Amino acid sequence: MKYKSQKVAYMFFALSMVLLVLQIVYGFIMGFAHAGFDGLHEFIPFNTATATHKNLLVVWLLSGFMGAAYYIIPEESQNELVSVKLALLQFWSLAVVAVVAVIGFHFNWWEGRKFLEIPRPLDYLVVVNVLLFLGIILLTLFKGKQQTTTALVLSMGLFFAALLYLPGMIDFNNQSVDSFFRWWVVHLWVEGVWELIMGGILAYLLIKLTGVDRELIEKWLYVIVGLTFLSGILGTGHHYYYMGAPEYWLMIGGIFSALEPLAFLGMALFALAMYRKGEKNHPNKIALYWTLGTAIMSFAGAGLLGIAHTIPSVNLYTHGTLVTAMHGHLAFWGAYGMMVLAIIVYAMPNLTGRKLYDRPGAHYAFWLSNIGMVGMTTAFAAAGVAQVYLERKVGMSFMDAQKAIEVHFWVLIGAATLFTIGVLFFVSNFFKHGMPSDEAIEADS
Amino acid sequence: MLSKNQARLFFLGGTVLFFLIFLFLSANTLSSGIPEKTHSENITEEVANGKQLFDENNCMGCHTILGEGAYYAPELTKVIDRRGEGFVKAVLTSKTPWTLSGRKMVAYGFSDKEANDLIAFFKWIGYMDLNGFPPKPDLKKE
Repeated sequence: MKYKSQKVAYMFFALSMVLLVLQIVYGFIMGFAHAGFDGLHEFIPFNTATATHKNLLVVWLLSGFMGAAYYIIPEESQNELVSVKLALLQFWSLAVVAVVAVIGFHFNWWEGRKFLEIPRPLDYLVVVNVLLFLGIILLTLFKGKQQTTTALVLSMGLFFAALLYLPGMIDFNNQSVDSFFRWWVVHLWVEGVWELIMGGILAYLLIKLTGVDRELIEKWLYVIVGLTFLSGILGTGHHYYYMGAPEYWLMIGGIFSALEPLAFLGMALFALAMYRKGEKNHPNKIALYWTLGTAIMSFAGAGLLGIAHTIPSVNLYTHGTLVTAMHGHLAFWGAYGMMVLAIIVYAMPNLTGRKLYDRPGAHYAFWLSNIGMVGMTTAFAAAGVAQVYLERKVGMSFMDAQKAIEVHFWVLIGAATLFTIGVLFFVSNFFKHGMPSDEAIEADS
Repeated sequence: MLSKNQARLFFLGGTVLFFLIFLFLSANTLSSGIPEKTHSENITEEVANGKQLFDENNCMGCHTILGEGAYYAPELTKVIDRRGEGFVKAVLTSKTPWTLSGRKMVAYGFSDKEANDLIAFFKWIGYMDLNGFPPKPDLKKE
């Protein structure tokens, strides 16, 4: 850590940790309900659990991105954050909005739109919050001594992520139009601008961890984010196949979705190539694990499993089944979950001055969470494929098919337990670092 | 070899180009595509109310509609065809959690009018041209 104000990042990272654990709790509630044990139905019905599970995911990732920006931007622009007080105000308002939203979900206060369930009055608060965040980041960046490509790509991603939240706030009477714009937010976030954020954080970590020349890393960063938009923007079409939009989206969505894995493949190859090229032997090996891990797992989850069901003739059968949950879990984990954990693992020793990266717990966290998540994805795949076959091919009723695939949810719960143990190792290691300290300034960064 | 400036140009140029194509297609989809395919002229006040109720109660948090939502409860796109109006109304107005097929549904206890609005919404959804979705089970033995 080189700048005092970078310490703000700790608060956002800590919030991420708490919300991640809470997200997992709701995941278990859903897993047990699918397996036939819905004892909490009266207090936490399935739609409450799923809205909470998905929104906690979005908030812990956003909180992680914000923490990453508060950590990275001062260093990249060689400037203290313009206001730590405002950053803290932004933090607390984010935390309050998240808590109020989650409580609201338990009292039927929401909008029933997947991933965007936060009720409208809170949406306005989110907008104010994000504007404040962007103001702090952009002012710091442009008042700084330099504007690096890494910082610009990261900030651009954050800016467009904020802008794209707005189409999700318009009301429509037509379900299809509603859905059309909902995907502008959700798809263009996760398969568009969030990849800029991911690319920016990845480039920063590779520069720090491998010691490869910044110019080279940033050149490839442009190529990768270029590929992302080249495929991802029109790839939105794969959400428009079967929801009331014209037929031409089948062809356009099909072609460009098939190109989408290229960006993730590029990211994986790029990270591995830089790792091999790098001569710097950075002591924080576990941060390198997470960094290379996110590049590889995002290719598997977002890239390969994505294309596995965006081919229009396949999607006709898999659309609206557990096959989507299979892709969703590994994609979010690989691309964004692991990215946030990578920057946290890298930043914590620098923020606190405590170098806990060689502890066995740090390694258990990495391996158990990843093996667990691969197991969960496999369980979802088995359940999803069986559901598609029984329900969509053989014509079994929804509930008969669900009963037939119940067993896969026990496998899911088993794998999720492994995943959870990994995450708990991670969280415990996080808090063992203690609070950030000014004494850590100018220590190894 | 590719220079950093060329890489930047590839990123900016590609992004602007594909975004413009996307905007053009979106304009076409919204102005004529979706209205025709979904018969938007049939969105009556009842249908609009039904959609609002569907959103306010996060029905998508368990069910899918147009294939979108959660995967805990049946797809509702063709629910009126499949179950008939009477059955759907019974579920919607039930004062106790509906458990007929094993999983519980929240007992919303909708009023007669609310249930009719939701049914109008489902009927409108059921007539959409969805490019062949949901597919016919081709291995089903009659």
